[in-house]
Amino acid sequence: MEYLSILFDQIYKILFLLVPVLVSVAMVVWLDRRVWAFVQKRQGPNVVGPFGLLQTIADALKYIFKEIIIPSSSNKVIFILAPIVTMTLALIAWAVIPFSATQVLADINVGILYLFAVSSLGVYGIIMGGWASNSKYPFLGAIRSAAQMVSYEVSIGVIIINVLLCVGSLNLNDIVIAQQNLWFVIPLFPMFVIFFISALAETNRPPFDLPEAEAELVAGYQTEYSGMMYAMFWLGEYANILLMCAMGAILFLGGWLSPLEIYPFTLVPGPVWLVLKILLLFLLFALVKAIVPRYRYDQLMKLGWKVFLPLSLIWVVLTASYLFYFNLLPVN
Amino acid sequence: MIAHSIFFYTFSIIAIVSAIMVTASKNTVHSVFFLILDFISISCLFIMIGAEFLGMIMLIVYVGAVAVLFLFVVMMLNVAQQKNQWFSSEASSKHIPVGLIISTLIFVELIIVVGGWKYKPDLFDINNSLGLAKVSNTHSLGQVLYTDYIHVFQISGMILLVAMIGAIVLTFRKRVGVKTQSYIKQISRERSDGVSVLNVESNKGVKIDD
Repeated sequence: MEYLSILFDQIYKILFLLVPVLVSVAMVVWLDRRVWAFVQKRQGPNVVGPFGLLQTIADALKYIFKEIIIPSSSNKVIFILAPIVTMTLALIAWAVIPFSATQVLADINVGILYLFAVSSLGVYGIIMGGWASNSKYPFLGAIRSAAQMVSYEVSIGVIIINVLLCVGSLNLNDIVIAQQNLWFVIPLFPMFVIFFISALAETNRPPFDLPEAEAELVAGYQTEYSGMMYAMFWLGEYANILLMCAMGAILFLGGWLSPLEIYPFTLVPGPVWLVLKILLLFLLFALVKAIVPRYRYDQLMKLGWKVFLPLSLIWVVLTASYLFYFNLLPVN
Repeated sequence: MIAHSIFFYTFSIIAIVSAIMVTASKNTVHSVFFLILDFISISCLFIMIGAEFLGMIMLIVYVGAVAVLFLFVVMMLNVAQQKNQWFSSEASSKHIPVGLIISTLIFVELIIVVGGWKYKPDLFDINNSLGLAKVSNTHSLGQVLYTDYIHVFQISGMILLVAMIGAIVLTFRKRVGVKTQSYIKQISRERSDGVSVLNVESNKGVKIDD
């Protein structure tokens, strides 16, 4: 009986986290399209519901009622598994995101490593989908995406090391609390910029959306997918984007901390600040999509390996020497 | 404790079954997917014994990077066909005994190493006396790795670096006649380099070859 009560307690907590995440994914798709339209002087989705807010739900309903077509020469098990893997990985990472000092589902010691691990597993959904489709365009898209995501993960990892040097702990709540006096975005600003660009590449967002470049690859790894399975890829991608925004907010923008620890700001609870910071980063993601043209593939690889990796490595040495010289290393 | 052992047996059964499936499955890409499943369940086992750092590093390094490259290579090379051909050819009957001997040797070596394993005698004393037990296992790993074993650690890093450079040198070839982009050349190009105004005489034309 004891196990059952623990189980129900946890399930209740998980639902309380996942339902808002899924709803906000739907809202964020709408926001993305509206921002995109706004930059291009269009209206964007504005018909379904107030301001078009229910557009994504209408789209999802459409996908649910569409027929799922599985190509006869595909590898069926892996073909069906791929969108499930994408969606699951995008959602399980939220378990460690701290919404305030106490509101976190799993306050584990190696939270940031868990986030990094889950985001690096994200490539499997794409590569499985591309291979199992047994068709040229999806396969090319999957290969491109695997190379791209592995390359940019390296620089994200090194940037995380930068932050960890200043914190001295792998726990996400410790990382947030270490920013009480100064958000890391100020001393580590170049790293924040590189993190943001790498996050764009890691989530296959424009200008790095080469895995699904419609001019060259039809729709990349999603070409053979239809109905609900396509929708799962699509929603999983946006959940991943939100996750990267949350990671950026926690690593650089002080997570659930308020900008200033003075009276009117402290009234607002922590989760609200975190959501506002995630939204700010997401607005940047959406603006970049509307403004910047797509990269060429060799330029993308050059940027990852020859610019971002050396730059972030040099910054690790700089940060470490600075902290060591001024005796600021967080030792406990 | 019941839940603990349920999880332990689930993960270890998955690990063993998928390890067998790596060698047993016909399709090579499936083998790699089973290998990934094996890595994931082993990292779950690591987390269960409290080695959370090792578990996560296992996920990041092996599943997130190494296995992706495996998958990459296996998908590109179409190994499945070659493997099936090899098994049906007579070369397999010559190589299988050799493989069996080598794997038995490795197995015996593993048994000897694991059977004769000794912990550092003062390991547990140090932990208790310095209060290291309260420190998270990432910290304690760092405290051992960067003090007692610093040289071994550095040397293993150098070996990996050499292997990496070696791989790059082996695959590197200077290709002739390939057009590459040079940002400096592009940016420093002036109008006078590309455009020239010519007076074209009537009925004669100009030569624009170069």
